[in-house]
Amino acid sequence: MPMEITPTATDSFKSQEYFINMGPQHPATHGVLRLLLTIDGEIIKKVEPDLGYIHRSIEKMCERDSYQQIVHLTDRMDYLSSHINNEAVCLVVENALGLEVPERVKVIRTIIGELTRIASHCLWWGVMGMDLGAFTTFFLGFRDREMINDIFEETCGARLTMNYNVPGGLMLDIHPNFVNRVKKFVAHFKTKIPEYDELITGNIIFQKRTKGVGILSREDAISFGASGPVARASGYSCDVRKYHPYSALDKVTFTESLKTGGDTLARYEVRIREMWESLSIVEQLIDNIPEGDHRVSTNAVIKLPAGEYYQKVETARGELGVYVISSGTKSPYRLKFRSPGFSNLSVLNHIAVGSKIGDLVAIMATIDLVIPDIDR
Amino acid sequence: MPEGVAGIAEMILIALVYLGIFSVAGLFLVLVERRVAAWFQLRIGPNRVGFQGILQTLADALKLVSKELTGTVRADKFLYNLAPYFVIISALMAMSVLPFSKEFHAFDINIGVLFLIAISSIGVIGILLGGWSSNNKFALIGAMRSGVQTISYELSVGLSLLTMVLISGSLQLSAIVEVQKNGWLIVQGHIPAVIAFMIFMISGTAETNRAPFDIVEAESELGAGFHTEYSGMKFAYFFLAEFINMFIIAAIAATVFFGGWLSPFGITESLPWLGVFWFLLKTFVLVFLMMWFRWTFPRLRVDQLLTLEWKYLLPVNLVNIVAMALIVWLNLTIQF
Amino acid sequence: MSYFSDIYKGIRTLLKGMSVTGRYFLNSRKGAITQQYPDNRDTLKMFDRFRGEVIMPHDENNEHACTGCQKCEIACPNGTIEIIWDRGIDEETGKKKKKIDQFIYHLGLCTMCGLCIDVCPTDAIEWGQNFENSVYDRTKLTRVLNKPGSTLRPGVED
Repeated sequence: MPMEITPTATDSFKSQEYFINMGPQHPATHGVLRLLLTIDGEIIKKVEPDLGYIHRSIEKMCERDSYQQIVHLTDRMDYLSSHINNEAVCLVVENALGLEVPERVKVIRTIIGELTRIASHCLWWGVMGMDLGAFTTFFLGFRDREMINDIFEETCGARLTMNYNVPGGLMLDIHPNFVNRVKKFVAHFKTKIPEYDELITGNIIFQKRTKGVGILSREDAISFGASGPVARASGYSCDVRKYHPYSALDKVTFTESLKTGGDTLARYEVRIREMWESLSIVEQLIDNIPEGDHRVSTNAVIKLPAGEYYQKVETARGELGVYVISSGTKSPYRLKFRSPGFSNLSVLNHIAVGSKIGDLVAIMATIDLVIPDIDR
Repeated sequence: MPEGVAGIAEMILIALVYLGIFSVAGLFLVLVERRVAAWFQLRIGPNRVGFQGILQTLADALKLVSKELTGTVRADKFLYNLAPYFVIISALMAMSVLPFSKEFHAFDINIGVLFLIAISSIGVIGILLGGWSSNNKFALIGAMRSGVQTISYELSVGLSLLTMVLISGSLQLSAIVEVQKNGWLIVQGHIPAVIAFMIFMISGTAETNRAPFDIVEAESELGAGFHTEYSGMKFAYFFLAEFINMFIIAAIAATVFFGGWLSPFGITESLPWLGVFWFLLKTFVLVFLMMWFRWTFPRLRVDQLLTLEWKYLLPVNLVNIVAMALIVWLNLTIQF
Repeated sequence: MSYFSDIYKGIRTLLKGMSVTGRYFLNSRKGAITQQYPDNRDTLKMFDRFRGEVIMPHDENNEHACTGCQKCEIACPNGTIEIIWDRGIDEETGKKKKKIDQFIYHLGLCTMCGLCIDVCPTDAIEWGQNFENSVYDRTKLTRVLNKPGSTLRPGVED
């Protein structure tokens, strides 16, 4: 089938502009995203994302699977915050059934969730440096992410798609080594974030490439529905962990990282700040994990009472929402994920117009897209 | 045998020797780059093929030779095939004037520095041809960026070398090395020479399209820039030529700033054949410095690159030349 | 004046960045985090709970613990497990009882979610730690987990 040039792309075609496909296979679009760029020299005139290359009909599969089986599908949506995705579905089911999970489960879920956030931001930082040309950051970021992956591998058995949460608690109790490993990691990582700052953040080349680039104003962030660090960097305070706390997040104190610049550098700094805050959350919880059961038993076949249920959580990318319509059977009638990446991607055209191709790469690196999250 | 034939036979022999140096140096540099990069990044680097990975590049070259030589549809065939040869020939010609030691100096012309600057301008034609004839938008963007970059930074390279010629008084490379028997030129010229060295390193890195100035082949933006459509041996030509260019820039800096084949403080004056060793040592230290730049800094955007050159490097360079002229005129150079 | 402070600030931050990588370079001998994989197979030990593949442990009498209840087959989201069973006459009580003939496990389809192991009432299957599962022939990925001639361990059903 020949490539269709959408009507909007050719409407404003002046004779000097040309049309480039930052195609599905590209080193800088983290995943299979096709961007149709209309460029005049080096200046970008229009950006149109073309999605759907990794659509796997997860929501349709959820209409067939039972609730325990849905959890393992969410692993593969935003695979960098897989634990938090699992937690979202489990919370929907538990709230709908009125199930009260033990304190131990809530605390462990929060700790592992924050560790997942740190791991996601480590990878984001590494890839951001690599996109801008500083290749060493990739390896440094991955070295720290490996330590977190080892923690997960010891407790859950898997490094990326963990499927550790079940409706009712955790599949297995944490490994005896868990607390020591996490403490060692926290101590190690506290010395590394200043090193990251020395290597990249203060660097004059980096500052010149990211300051004042891709400015998103607060009103635009709200009207596009951006969430997560993208919105917080524009001054829109929207942290789900603060406004609708879940699991053990109402017991910890942390500050929301807000900046007002709205440019790429602000988004970068918000994420670095978030890493510090996540570290402090983990530190507050790791010493006092309450004793108790790691699981509440549910029926073998879970049936939610008929009705609609919604739960939102804060993944590393923004606000993920799970909306379930149940008709009383063992599978949901309809399940919809409100993915953070989809709304964050919609700001791309608005903020990238007028900047150069190099700026587009920097902007996409800070919006932190994970395409399977958008396409599901 | 008659004069003419002997002369031609000598030229062919020297050319073959230099081709050999070219390929060995290229192969060795690729391996050094990969291992040094690995050590910067907490890795080990290729160490399985041969002792500590010495045969790795040979294996890569074998692989490249055996690849299919693809070409794009509607690519301009003649220019597409011609482009790699420009970069190779310019690199070889520049290598022929480098003074490896007092005797090992193939082409000692009296306008040595000028010749080097002129040859480096020819290399850019290869890049432009390669990008244009590939009939590929990404390659075209890369090639255009490269044209603009090379033209701008040639000025800085030329002016910073000119600053040092003010002390030596001659453009001939062997004369420049002889002058440094009284102390390396970077010491003789103190402050302006240090500034000239820094400017030369920055613009030299930009001339060879290496990071942090590698927008030309910005891997994360454009796939592979101007050599996207090349594969097999032709890609190997571009690839090797980039490393040899890096070697040449480092060699020029070692000759003009750091004394060429002279030993520091004249400690091995009595063994003139050690000159090759000193020359290579100094060159490799500077090559390491360029690699250090590459693996630390992010990349500059095109307009920032040009701003750097036209607003910062060029004015500083011009003021520097005037300062150096004053110092030479007032006999304020440090002589040993 | 900001011209010169720009230059000075620029050079200072660049040197700071170079010092970080320089430090890594100097510590490169001990600091390398590469695991030289095929050479270190003898000393490589995965974690206990590592999810390599599903195996059915047999004890020394060639007995396993799978009663053929099919709970794992129902729990599996994508049909990775197929149990071929038969009703046979139990020797002790003389009643008809389910017995497994073949426990087919499609390694090529498995997503390693762990629901089958979680739900098994007799702990018949567990995680194996072998991760080197690549084959040249896709039919080799369809495995039969119970060994030929193996029987159910007595006393498991209680």
